[in-house]
Amino acid sequence: MVAITKNKMEKLREDFPILSRKIHDKQLIYLDNSATTQKPIQVIDTIIDYYSNYNSNVHRGLHKLSEEATLKFEEAHKKVAKFINADFKEVIFTKGTTESLNLLAYSLSNQLKKGDEIVLTQMEHHSNLVPWQQIAKKLGLKLKFIKIKNDGTLDLENNPINKKTKIVSITHISNFLGTINPVKEIGKIAHENNALFIVDAAQSVPHLPIDVKDIDCDFLVFSAHKMLGPTGIGILYGKKDLLNEMQPFNYGGDMILEVKFEDAKFNELPWKFEAGTPNIAGAIGFGATIDYLNKVEMNNIREHGKELTKYAIKKLSEVKNLEVYGPLDPEKRGSLISFNLINIHPHDIVSLLDDHGIAVRGGHHCAMPTMKLMGLTGSVRASFYLYNTKEEIDYFVETLEKVKGVFK
Amino acid sequence: MNDFMNQEMYLEHILDLYKNPLNFGVLDNADFKERCFNPSCGDEVEIQVRLDNNKVEDVKFIGKGCAISVASASLLTDHIKGKSLDELKNLTKEDMIKLIGIEVGPARVKCVTCSLVSLREGIKSLEDKNVRS
Repeated sequence: MVAITKNKMEKLREDFPILSRKIHDKQLIYLDNSATTQKPIQVIDTIIDYYSNYNSNVHRGLHKLSEEATLKFEEAHKKVAKFINADFKEVIFTKGTTESLNLLAYSLSNQLKKGDEIVLTQMEHHSNLVPWQQIAKKLGLKLKFIKIKNDGTLDLENNPINKKTKIVSITHISNFLGTINPVKEIGKIAHENNALFIVDAAQSVPHLPIDVKDIDCDFLVFSAHKMLGPTGIGILYGKKDLLNEMQPFNYGGDMILEVKFEDAKFNELPWKFEAGTPNIAGAIGFGATIDYLNKVEMNNIREHGKELTKYAIKKLSEVKNLEVYGPLDPEKRGSLISFNLINIHPHDIVSLLDDHGIAVRGGHHCAMPTMKLMGLTGSVRASFYLYNTKEEIDYFVETLEKVKGVFK
Repeated sequence: MNDFMNQEMYLEHILDLYKNPLNFGVLDNADFKERCFNPSCGDEVEIQVRLDNNKVEDVKFIGKGCAISVASASLLTDHIKGKSLDELKNLTKEDMIKLIGIEVGPARVKCVTCSLVSLREGIKSLEDKNVRS
């Protein structure tokens, strides 16, 4: 199955102005999509249009501009909600995945007490580890981890979830190993033990069709900028009854209905969790991003990503002295590949690839404990998105051989 | 034209020092040692210094890092042998760049200065210790 045809691909690439940029006189090849993705002109234009034509605050003014901005702002919430099959009230706009996870950790900590347990995995991004770590320290909670097996998948048979577990928070796709975790299965175990189930979907919503009802998660978090959208805007999805029970994280304007000097009544969902003037341009830009992704269709994006990843793994396996981390089966892996060349430091590889216009990530990928567990200090990571091509992967692998030549 | 622009960073002498670093290993009876950790890449350099009359009698380093950071640590350890603590305190980032003799971009300056940071921190804790005792 050819996910995105060559013709369609050429057209699609034209939507991304940055892809025609030269880096050191070479054509840019952008393979750092797990860090952030490039933006299509449709999203850029939407943001320009907002600032040029109807910039104003939302939910306050009764004038025309505010009316228009509010409409678009709320429309963006609806688009995102539909995109993940949630209700409008269940989708809260935040700064991004990190803020969403912090919001959850702080707000849910009101319901936790000493001795309660939180279960994470050994492959979490720092943003799904440090917030829990800090509330655990403060409240005397216990953190437990689902272990990683040698093949880069989770050891669910020996999972530490039990009746003391109050929260299970796991990444859907590891940003370092690329592993796609069986979230439905883990959610079931969590719920059997009456624990809340949180999915860090920062790496999965951009690449897979996601249905929160099908996953049956209690909360799910992700960022716009990893899926063609602007930075500084992200999502906290939560089941309505749970969000209603929770204490707000930020207090201030827009999140209240009525304020007295001594007390305040909070606004209804989702505004209860969106205090202060929000990132309006980002939200409206995110709305345009969802339109764009719907046009390409998430199924096509997944197929294209799988095809590129499969191709890249095959090509990389032909490079001598190169080791790939995580599952090799493209069905079990997102569109990213972490690897090392023996005896060459990731930063040296990244610098030399940059000479050829190739942008990849090198380092610990915000997963220091996972790296240490595997006896590594860093790796190189190439990550793909809908605008990448097999030709780019060919050039990338050829250039890797040249990098090896420098160190010979 | 050269295939790699950054190859200016990867000159023969840098690569040689990466493959065969100078003063690499563990030093007995070090008067101070200090580790620098660069979180962005996981580079680690530990500098160990033995003094004689407030001058560097011997110095070694251990750790792992990229070619730039290992070459820099090699050159720094060689440079400071026989020098007084006061001379060491005056070493700057610019001195390090001069020592390694290559142009580095802003993203890689930390690789060049990792060993210098270790050295500075080491001297500082040594002095703190002396003040206390």
